[in-house]
Amino acid sequence: MEWETVIGLEIHCQLATRSKIFSGASTTYGAPPNTQACAVDLGLPGVLPVLNREAVTMAIKFGLAVDADIAERSVFARKNYFYPDLPKGYQISQYELPVVGRGHIDIEVDGTLKTIGITRAHLEEDAGKSAHEGFADRTGIDLNRAGTPLLEIVSEPDMRSAAEAVAYMKKIHSLVTYLGISDGNMQEGSFRCDANVSLRPRGEETFGTRTELKNINSFRFVEQAINHEVERQMDILEDGGSIIQETRLFDPDRNETRSMRTKEEANDYRYFPDPDLLPVVVDRELLVALQSKLPELPDQKRQRFMDDYGLSRYDSGVLTAQRALADYFENCVQSADGEAKLCANWIMGELSAALNRDDRDISNSPVTADMLGQMIKRITDNTISGKIAKQVFEGMWNGEGNADRIISDRGLKQMSDSGELEKLVDKVISDNPQQVEQYRNSPEDKQKKLIGFFVGQLMKATAGKANPQQVNELLRRKL
Amino acid sequence: MYRQTLSELSDALVQKRISSVELTQHFIDRINIHNPVLNSFITVTVDAAMEQARAADAKRARDETTPLTGIPMAHKDIFCTSDIRTSCGSKMLDNFIAPYDATVVEQLNNAGMVILGKTNMDEFAMGSSNETSYYGVVTNPWKDNHVPGGSSGGSAAAVAAGLIPMATGTDTGGSIRQPAALCGITGLKPTYGLVSRYGMIAFASSLDQGGPMTRSAEDAALVLNHMAGFDPRDSTSVEQPAIDYTDNLDNDLDGLKVGLPKQYFNESLDSEVAVVIDNAIRELEKLGATISDIELPNAHLSIPAYYVIAPAECSSNLSRYDGVRFGYRCDKPRDLLDLYCRTRAEGFGREVKRRIMIGTYALSAGYYDAYYLKAQQIRRLLQQDFKNAFTDVDVIVGPTTPDVAFSIGERTEDPVSMYLSDIFTVSVNLAGLPAMSIPAGFKNGLPVGLQLIGNYFQESRLLNIAHRFQTITDWHRRIPEAFQ
Repeated sequence: MEWETVIGLEIHCQLATRSKIFSGASTTYGAPPNTQACAVDLGLPGVLPVLNREAVTMAIKFGLAVDADIAERSVFARKNYFYPDLPKGYQISQYELPVVGRGHIDIEVDGTLKTIGITRAHLEEDAGKSAHEGFADRTGIDLNRAGTPLLEIVSEPDMRSAAEAVAYMKKIHSLVTYLGISDGNMQEGSFRCDANVSLRPRGEETFGTRTELKNINSFRFVEQAINHEVERQMDILEDGGSIIQETRLFDPDRNETRSMRTKEEANDYRYFPDPDLLPVVVDRELLVALQSKLPELPDQKRQRFMDDYGLSRYDSGVLTAQRALADYFENCVQSADGEAKLCANWIMGELSAALNRDDRDISNSPVTADMLGQMIKRITDNTISGKIAKQVFEGMWNGEGNADRIISDRGLKQMSDSGELEKLVDKVISDNPQQVEQYRNSPEDKQKKLIGFFVGQLMKATAGKANPQQVNELLRRKL
Repeated sequence: MYRQTLSELSDALVQKRISSVELTQHFIDRINIHNPVLNSFITVTVDAAMEQARAADAKRARDETTPLTGIPMAHKDIFCTSDIRTSCGSKMLDNFIAPYDATVVEQLNNAGMVILGKTNMDEFAMGSSNETSYYGVVTNPWKDNHVPGGSSGGSAAAVAAGLIPMATGTDTGGSIRQPAALCGITGLKPTYGLVSRYGMIAFASSLDQGGPMTRSAEDAALVLNHMAGFDPRDSTSVEQPAIDYTDNLDNDLDGLKVGLPKQYFNESLDSEVAVVIDNAIRELEKLGATISDIELPNAHLSIPAYYVIAPAECSSNLSRYDGVRFGYRCDKPRDLLDLYCRTRAEGFGREVKRRIMIGTYALSAGYYDAYYLKAQQIRRLLQQDFKNAFTDVDVIVGPTTPDVAFSIGERTEDPVSMYLSDIFTVSVNLAGLPAMSIPAGFKNGLPVGLQLIGNYFQESRLLNIAHRFQTITDWHRRIPEAFQ
């Protein structure tokens, strides 16, 4: 039987507020355990939550960016369950009335556009962390993360492959970082997701039984986890078995999912409106004000890159996927006095390769946009060739300074003195009589190939510094 | 001195007829003599109190005073106090010292009051007799073997017996008014949101409200001046223009429209208590009030609605007592589940566990609509009943409780009979209205309380009515014989 995969994602995105969602404690990552947990975060008796309005503003920005309904009135509810890193015995979340309602976002997989529905996005507080290592027979609790604001973005079950799920997750990641509402740092857990996966015979309308995959904190893992789960479910279904509705934990080390709890073991969270907090009321004026302040979003930027810089749809898509990359590109173009296509090629080629190789982020690239732009200017003004530029780039990457300095230090300036070049051309011709003979006796189309030999010889003689155009011209004339 | 009201003591301090140190020593002596009988205090803080008293006298010498400066007081042991244990009447918090002061504590400290200790209460404020306290029952100063009411029973008994001129209380379903009635003192439950809940250990967050328990309405007004006010740390606190609650105390009551809810004068009201209430209403008439009957048609639904909403909220509010971070922890837990189960089984008393179970049940999947949502609908009906009533009358008057104090142990085996002690008080909490109980007479030597219910933020009006009533009656002046 042919099976169709159905996927919905719940993305937990940590909002970039300075203080927690219901207390004044700092949200800075990496502090010593329990140093950023105040009485409210510790759930001490008598203390009360006070909503950080900035978190609401950020949630609304997200809602506006995905064309969603923003609730005029949304309500915080308590999700009740016991766990040692959940100090109050309940998590403050939104249940029946979330701040962001139905919206949508476009993704692109293999050049095909697809709209993915967003069911809702709601605000909630994060829990703390339990540490099982380093404590003999005990569990450590770190409540620094408790009370950190999260936006949980729930999609419709609109995705049909792991690739679509990845594209969707990347698109949401791109959006929240563009909006500046999250740092999107996946290593630190600022952006993670749960995936709901089910299969159904192709053509079937009703959904199959789903499982929920927890603990996915990278784009690579989301793909692996889903593909694995699809295979597991398919094996069961092909054997005539049925899927148990359950929560499964993805283990990236073993590349497998394993059961955490079944539906029967699931908690009854006993949601009810939190009586300590008033409903969140959002008036039209705030919406209008926030709408007018929204930054240029990825899709708009992509179109502008195509229109203004004449880039291809593909290149524009790559360059605008990350706001930092798009900013890098635009700064680079400015420093290079135009030459957008050349800038794009260098960023997507040499720079990306170097970043990948050294596992660096664009924001801490040793070669700044301005440095790259200045180097590209030296290509266009014929100071160096594209080939020599690669050496210059490596030099900049390794901290040898900017392009001009490396060109002068290493003596990489292109040889464009035609007198000197002419002498070298003459020498190459006289040194290689056999090849000259062959060239001269060949038809024109073959000559184009044979000239490469002489160009090569000349480049060798000049350590690549000769201006290739000039060399070509001279050779053709002299041969 | 113990016979005097807070405002009289305030005058004595102003006129330097007495110092705060002397006053404080006086009440410490009374606590030492009488508290072993009454058990109205869980913690007495003699040294800290004397220190605060000396500081108050120093402030007086520098003329940095409020009318409350140097007056001894006690907090119900539900208000968090830094440096003083806050037990909430529970074994669970027997070892708990909060690293912060409740806003109410902070404000009364700033006003210069002297904290003599923390008063006994039903465990986590759940009870109407003070019998659920981990620290033992409080005796009603008017009669041995009788309950003082609850949950602010310790505060009520201490004020009634003259161990302290004023104590704070909290009222979730009647916990200020009912013990005030049963002990013959003045108790005010403000409008929900007028007094900050920050640092007040939560029982049922949408109903809890702190207020003063005093010897007179004038005293209540003086204290409310320093308890009320917007608090940015409590999202449910309300921004209201600050007013001086003593300003209108003496206004005359000519033309005051008093409504008597038929539903409060039914067969559940003891006939002798009804006579006392009737006499009190005649006094209001003498002061110029016109009396009429009104309807609160859904009043009979208030107890069932209350006993869904309050337990539902408490079941969640009390989840934090898990033995992980503070408070009681069971000995040698085998694993996490054992830690939770034994800590909570051993740390909470029966009534608290009963309410956690009721609340957990009411919020469970499949029951939520039938219980919690239905109760919230009733709540809106009750609010509407009051709203309708207040279009016709200025104040609603009736008994605070169906009967006077009952004997210790009489109702502990029958929770529903205990819950019915609050039948006239809970609807006020469900509606969020302000209400008072003031002494109105006696039945068989036990005090009877008159309840005054006002519209939202009409505390000033209630205090005015209560004060005028107290200018022509002396029920609030009585002190039980054993404590004279």
